[in-house]
This record gives sequence, C-alpha cells and structure tokens, in this order.
Amino acid sequence: MTDTNKTSLTRESLPGLNRRYRAERRFHLVGKMAVAFSLAFLTFLIGSIVYQGIGAFFQTEVRLEVPQEMIAEHGDDGFTLLRQSMLHNLPDAKGRSARREAYKMAGEGSDIELLSAIADQQTQAAVVTVWIPVSDDIDMAYKSDFAPDMLGSFSDRQKGWLDTWVADDRLRMSFNTGFLVNGDSRDPERAGIGGALMGSIFTLVVCLVLSFVIGILAAIYLEEFAPKNKLTAFLEVNINNLATVPSIIFGLLGLAVFLNTFGLPRSSALVGGMVLSLMTLPTIIIASRVALQSVPPSIREAALGLGATHIQAVFHHVLPLALPGMLTGTILGMARALGETAPLLMIGMVAFIADPPSSFMDPTSALPVQVYLWADSPERAFAEKTSGAIIVLLLFLFVMNLTAIILRKKLEKKW
Amino acid sequence: MPASPSLRGTSKGKKLMTERLIKLGLLASSGIAVLVTIGIVFSLVVESVRFFSEVSFFDFMFGLEWNPQTAMRSDQVGSSGAFGAVPLLAGTILISAIALLVAGPLGIYSAVYLSEYASARRRAIVKPTLEVLAGVPTVVYGFFAAIVIAPLLRDAGAAIGLEIASESALAAGLVMGVMIIPLVSSISDDVISAVPASLREGSIGLGATKSETIRKVVLPAALPGIAGGMMLAASRAVGETMIVVMAAGLAANLTINPLEAVTTVTVQIVMLLTGDQEFDSAKTLAAFALGLALFVITLLFNMVGNWFVNRYREAYD
Repeated sequence: MTDTNKTSLTRESLPGLNRRYRAERRFHLVGKMAVAFSLAFLTFLIGSIVYQGIGAFFQTEVRLEVPQEMIAEHGDDGFTLLRQSMLHNLPDAKGRSARREAYKMAGEGSDIELLSAIADQQTQAAVVTVWIPVSDDIDMAYKSDFAPDMLGSFSDRQKGWLDTWVADDRLRMSFNTGFLVNGDSRDPERAGIGGALMGSIFTLVVCLVLSFVIGILAAIYLEEFAPKNKLTAFLEVNINNLATVPSIIFGLLGLAVFLNTFGLPRSSALVGGMVLSLMTLPTIIIASRVALQSVPPSIREAALGLGATHIQAVFHHVLPLALPGMLTGTILGMARALGETAPLLMIGMVAFIADPPSSFMDPTSALPVQVYLWADSPERAFAEKTSGAIIVLLLFLFVMNLTAIILRKKLEKKW
Repeated sequence: MPASPSLRGTSKGKKLMTERLIKLGLLASSGIAVLVTIGIVFSLVVESVRFFSEVSFFDFMFGLEWNPQTAMRSDQVGSSGAFGAVPLLAGTILISAIALLVAGPLGIYSAVYLSEYASARRRAIVKPTLEVLAGVPTVVYGFFAAIVIAPLLRDAGAAIGLEIASESALAAGLVMGVMIIPLVSSISDDVISAVPASLREGSIGLGATKSETIRKVVLPAALPGIAGGMMLAASRAVGETMIVVMAAGLAANLTINPLEAVTTVTVQIVMLLTGDQEFDSAKTLAAFALGLALFVITLLFNMVGNWFVNRYREAYD
C-alpha cells in the first residue's frame, strides 16, 4: 500500500516519510494496547475473583478421635459431645480459658456434622475417627497456608495446637457442599448460596413466563400485523426507549405499582420476576422482531397462496422458523435478568433471609443480591464467600450465553 | 382472505372470530410496553408531585446541601432535612465523566484497531471476548471496584504522597468506564464500518498512510455517529447503580476532586429506599423525585444520542 511507486518515490525523496511511518506504527500500537488493556482488565477481574473465591467451595476439616465411651455417654447431645471430643483431642486443655479456646477451634454447627459422621460409621471400635469442619478463622488460615496476617486472632495456645494438628497431618480440605446447599447465615462457615440460588430460579421462572409470552406476541404483532401508521411508530419508539431506561427506574415502578398499589408481597419472587420481566421485555421484543424479519417472505406467501389465513401463515409457518432466534434472544435477556441487582433492591429483596423460598409469594433473596449483601459484611471470611457466589453467578451466565450461541449456530438457517 | 372451498360458512365465521381475538391479544401484548412507560412516568410524577408539596422545587433543584435524615420528632433540630440535589448531580457527573474519559479513548481505539487493523481471525476472537465485559453483572464490577481497585488506588496514592479516599470517585469511575468500553466500541465499530469505502480509497490514493486516513478522513466522517454513541454511553453511566452503590461514597460532597468520595443520584435512591421507614415520608418520596430526574436525564441523552447515530447513518446510506 505504501510502497506504491518504487522508481520515483523513495524514503529519501519524500521528506518526513520515516516520521510518518513511525506515526503509523505508533497508531497501530495504541489500538493494540487499547484492546490489550480491556482484555487484561477482564483477565485480572476474573482471575482475582477466582483466586479469592475458589476457597469458598472447600472447607477445612480436622480429624477427631472420639472414644466409644464418650459417644455412649453424650451420644444424644451433639453440643457436649463436640466439646468433650475437642478437649480429648487437644493436649493440655486444662482450665477455663484453655477450654474455651479449645471449643472455639471447631466450626459453628460442627456438632451436627459430628453426630451424623458418627452415625454413618456404625462402628464398634474403641475409638471412632471422624472429620469435622474447623472454625472459619482456622479455615482461612489453613487456606492461606498459615500466612502471618491470618494468625492474628489466635492465642499462643491455639497456635501451638494448630502446629501439632499440622504435624500430625490432622487437617484436610474437602468439598464444601454446604456452600451450594445452605441458606444465608450470620456465621460465614455455615452461610451458603442455596437459598439465593432457589430465589433466583423462582424469580427467573416468573420473568421467563411473562416476558417470553408477551414479548413474542408483541413482536409478532409489530412485525406481521401492525399497520404502518403513527400509532405503530409510537409503539416502536416507545419500546426502543424502554430498552435504555436505567434498571433502577423499573425497581421504582415495581415499588410504586406492584407493592404499594396492588399490595403484592414485598421481596417475593413474584414481584422480582415481574419487575425483571418489564426490564427484559424490550430486549426480547427487539430480538424476536429481528428473528421474524429473517424469515423470507416466500414462506409467508406460499402459505397464503395455499389458502391459509394470515394468522395461520404466521403461527404455523413463520413462527416455528423464527423460534430459534427468539429463544436465543430470550436466553440472553434472561442472562441479563439473572445478573440484575438494582431493581430487586427497590422491591425489598435486601432483607436477611435464611430459608430458601417454597413459593412465589415467599420473601426471598437472589444470587446477585446475596453478593451485594455479603460484600457489605465486615467478617473476612465473607469476602471469600462473596467471590465464591460470584463464581457461581458467572458460571450460570457463561452456560446461558454458551447455550444461546450454540443454539444460534445449530438452528440458524441460511436462506 | 382466501378460504378453501370446503369450508362451511359457519366454521369460517367462527374462524374469523378466533382470528380477530388472536389479533386483539397480539395488540394487547404490544400495548403492555406502552403501559410500562405510562406506569413509569405516572408513578414517578405522582410521587414527585407529593414530594414537591413538602419540599420546594427550587430547593431541590438548586439546593447545595443534601441531608435527607429527617428527625423522629418534629420539634428536633434539623427535622426537615435538606433536599438539595446539586451535590448528587455533581457527583453523578464527576463519576460519569471519569467513566467516559476511560471508555471513550479505549472504546474508540479498540474499534479502530478491530475494524481497520486486526485480521479477520483475531477480530473473531477478540470482539466476543470484549463483549464479555458488557455481560459481567454490575454487582461484580461493584465488588471488584470496592475490594480490589479502591485499595490499589489508595495504596498507589499513598506511595506518591496523595491522599485518595477509599471510596473515591476515581475507583468507581474507572471500573464503570471499563464496563462501558464494549458499548462505545461496538457503536464506534458500526459507525466506522459505515464510512463509505470511497472516502478511504480517495485518501489512500493520495498517498496518506493508513493511520493518516483514519485520523484525518474516517474519524472526522464518523464523528457525529461516535458523538451519538458517547451520548448513549453517558446515559448508561448516569443510570448505573450497583458499581456506585458499592464503590462510591454515601455522604453528599460537593467537589470536583476525583480523589475524594462523592455520592450519586442512584446511590441516594438506593439509600433512601432500602431502610425501614414508612412510605409517605419526605425521605422516600425524595427517591422518586431523584428517579424522575434520572429518567428525564437518561431519556434526553438517549434521544439526542440516537438522533445523532441515525442522522449519521442516513447521511451515508
């Protein structure tokens, strides 16, 4: 391109050509760096979240040896049994403060784990060996490989015990199913995303049903039946504008109309889904219209020519062909709805809710809201939980987007 | 309507009835979109009118103090609270401006690189990867800004003797800017591709290098469209909520120093409405007045932005 005429134009004959070539290379480089910056940021974002959050999927456990007679004595009282076994497994835990420090090394709720672990084993051996979760402080310390700044909350005696546990190889990491199953909790080691996940699923179901049905019907009307007049033009402008309204405004609408006027239950999946569906509706309508446009007119004309009515032609012939495109648009809309937080805060989905919802009317949390709530918590262990919840959220989004892409590739027809 | 000869009159009549009903249902579905708009405008306006019956419109629009903490008893000091929206608007503008300063150059340069320099293969990989940035939930950006970027900036500032607030406008603005890069880049990409090839060829034919062509011919020709895209990006930035709720300040602070903490319109809406209080207090109504302001501002930005982009497209069609 640049070395057009070699006979008369040389670098020497054109003043400043070297300078211009350097400018050219610089410009190219700046463009490359702009792209590289965005990609680097994305890598940094995902990398740091995975690095911080991967630990949430694992739980540090300690091996306890529980004598059979202790089980016989306290077998029906997990709390006491746990305390007694902790004392049994920690050398020199004498005196009140030492005992208290010993109890603190077991995780909250480990008594239940202990009882079920003993029940699972069904052994009559003199000493039963079980693995139970440790406290979140030890968990964090173990995961950081006992980094010095993680040890601040331990007493010297506890540090000594930790050393013997490590020396005896009594600590291990195991997969933390509780994180995926449990509801929210004030104790970081028991807090899980199960409740929020169920809430998100309930909310998305409401959102999907409403916005899919209404969105597709609206798209069919606008694309196939609407007369070309001012009203239709107004509808179109309206929908395009709605697509760019900030999401928090939809939350205000939900608060004023669904909660205060209709009196629907606060922080319920029903209202959450309704608000999100209003938000995703424009996206789905726009995507569905594009899908309908891509069906060639010959299909329509052939159906009409064979005697089908306009409605039959559309519903029997055009719609099935446009459906993959519509589905793709819908999945992408749902992915956006899944990550949306602000409108849900407006309708009261910020309360602390431990139990997963059992109906659409129950107060519930949602995955992104859980991220927001945990991010605000002062405990250090919640930072790990937050990143863990984000990993799950991103995984869901990834799967949804991947499905949309595969669907488009597989079902896409070239006319 | 064509009908098959075997159809009896009655069944045909029934069928036409059904069809009319279906059409009505279709019309109703598209009407819902209008209903939503009416609902938004109506609820925002009604609550705002109630708010302005308690707080004067003038105080809201031009008041320099924002302190919505209304007292429990009416005889307490400062019971009325202060509802001057200027610090919030200033904070919103500051953070959005930082975001646009990040997203503008990066987005436009990315678009130029991808549409003019990158090979088709690289483009096919890089473009969707960039789009991932737009798909990351804003709550994730907010967490990242608050937990990673803000401490990083604070430490970097401390190292060179600058005091950077841990909820600085800079951290929120930077991260928001990255979030908007795909929007700017995809609009710029469309706009740049729409510049007629004849302009490019003319410039190259006269001996300009590729970068000279882009800087002196393509970008000036694409400028109205890019400006429109920036307006749309500004609308996104102004309406963004989660990043600023998590990474920007909560207290109103009238400053243009990006190293200090400022609050925004969206942050205050969330703050006013997520606490426990009765619905009719001036505090909650203020959230709707802010919402109305936000709605009007973003609508204006979008309308002007779309007008620019569309006008530009028509010019080269």
